[in-house]
Amino acid sequence: MINKQVSNLTVALAEIENGATVMAGGFGDAGSPNDLIHGLLECQLKGLTLIGNGVVAEDFGQGRLITAGCVVKYIASFPRGPGTTIFDAGTPTAHIELEVVPQGTLAERIRAGGAGIPGFYTGTAFGTPLAAGKETRQIDGKDYVLEQAITADVALIMAKHADRWGNLVYSKSGRNFNPIMAMGAKLTIVQVEEIVELGELDPETIATPGIFVDRVVEVENPTTLYGEP
Amino acid sequence: MTAGPQKKGMARPQIAWRAAQDIPDGAIVNLGIGMPLGIPNYIPAEREVILHSENGLLGMGPPAKEGEEDWELVNAGTLATTLLPGGSYFHHADSFAMIRGGHIDICALGAFQIAANGDLANWNLGDGVRTPTVGGAMDLAVGAKRVFILTDHNARDGGAKIVEECTLPLTGLTCVDRIYTDLAVIEVTATGLVVLEHIEDMSFEELQDKTGAELQQSADWKPLEAPDLD
Repeated sequence: MINKQVSNLTVALAEIENGATVMAGGFGDAGSPNDLIHGLLECQLKGLTLIGNGVVAEDFGQGRLITAGCVVKYIASFPRGPGTTIFDAGTPTAHIELEVVPQGTLAERIRAGGAGIPGFYTGTAFGTPLAAGKETRQIDGKDYVLEQAITADVALIMAKHADRWGNLVYSKSGRNFNPIMAMGAKLTIVQVEEIVELGELDPETIATPGIFVDRVVEVENPTTLYGEP
Repeated sequence: MTAGPQKKGMARPQIAWRAAQDIPDGAIVNLGIGMPLGIPNYIPAEREVILHSENGLLGMGPPAKEGEEDWELVNAGTLATTLLPGGSYFHHADSFAMIRGGHIDICALGAFQIAANGDLANWNLGDGVRTPTVGGAMDLAVGAKRVFILTDHNARDGGAKIVEECTLPLTGLTCVDRIYTDLAVIEVTATGLVVLEHIEDMSFEELQDKTGAELQQSADWKPLEAPDLD
């Protein structure tokens, strides 16, 4: 029998090692797997490379993992969220290595990683500092930058519903990076509000087929930045 | 329109109003943070326009009312928003496929600097102090069919934002199509910056003095006007 459901966050987060590359879904606080991220803090890991859209608050979600000293490198498109000073000169996190990636390039690098495509050409960032040192090429008279795929050891994912096969249904703009990150990691761990019986999810609404998922943990009332709706 | 006694020119909502008049019926539009977010308030009611938000929404509605926020439904500025009937959700790679793939008709962005050839700098002040945050700006700059810039004509210190060549880190090359400021509407053309409209109580020469790149006055230029807006 296939059963990807695990009993709690500790089991869900087991066997992640120091120095791992970890991707976490979420845009703003929507779709951010905060219970998994905060749970990772208790693993007391060091030297993580973190990949995400950006920090929403210094002491919450991805920001908490960074300010706690677990992260040595952050790959993000909007690393410093509105109202935060994280990574700014003079802050305790200013020394963390930062790779700022255009948001669409970040998404496509992650998607490519999960799809087995090692790189791709994009017009985004051509001629800008974010393409510095990268291979470029003209195709049909237009300039493009070669971007490499991103894969990770672990993906932390937030969805609304799952079944024991790991099929996932998302909620609204909480989908964002989650489906593509789920594809691109060796170990994909998902928190959902409810795990339902096999067959209960409408196959037409499953945005992440279970093939991409390794562990699912039920967190009925997920931790959110804005409290309960 | 009224101008403040101390400063000639349009207020920020009026800049958004003016840009909104150029959004045609049926357009798919992406709006950057800041002044562009005011545009939907002023699109003529008979036009049906679909708003795209890069975090995975098409058919985005107005901001959520206070007390009715659903934090699973946010816009590109991570503020609570709404979805209109006909709207859809999709993941980030699909969202930027829409952008990069040329499916977005108009993108309206803010700017630090715009060059005479349409180069745009709007993501990084390059001061080494604040962390640069690019978000989706570079993808939008190259991917949208038309790029509108909404900006104050001059920086707070009076310096020019429209310049011969950008000195700040670039967002995209030759990507800007039209610039809406408190003083003028300017089209970026292959032969330079053409002023389509400028405020009536400022001469073309005075406008040129406030601009760091050479301007051409369109033969059929019009006064830049907008209604009084609260």
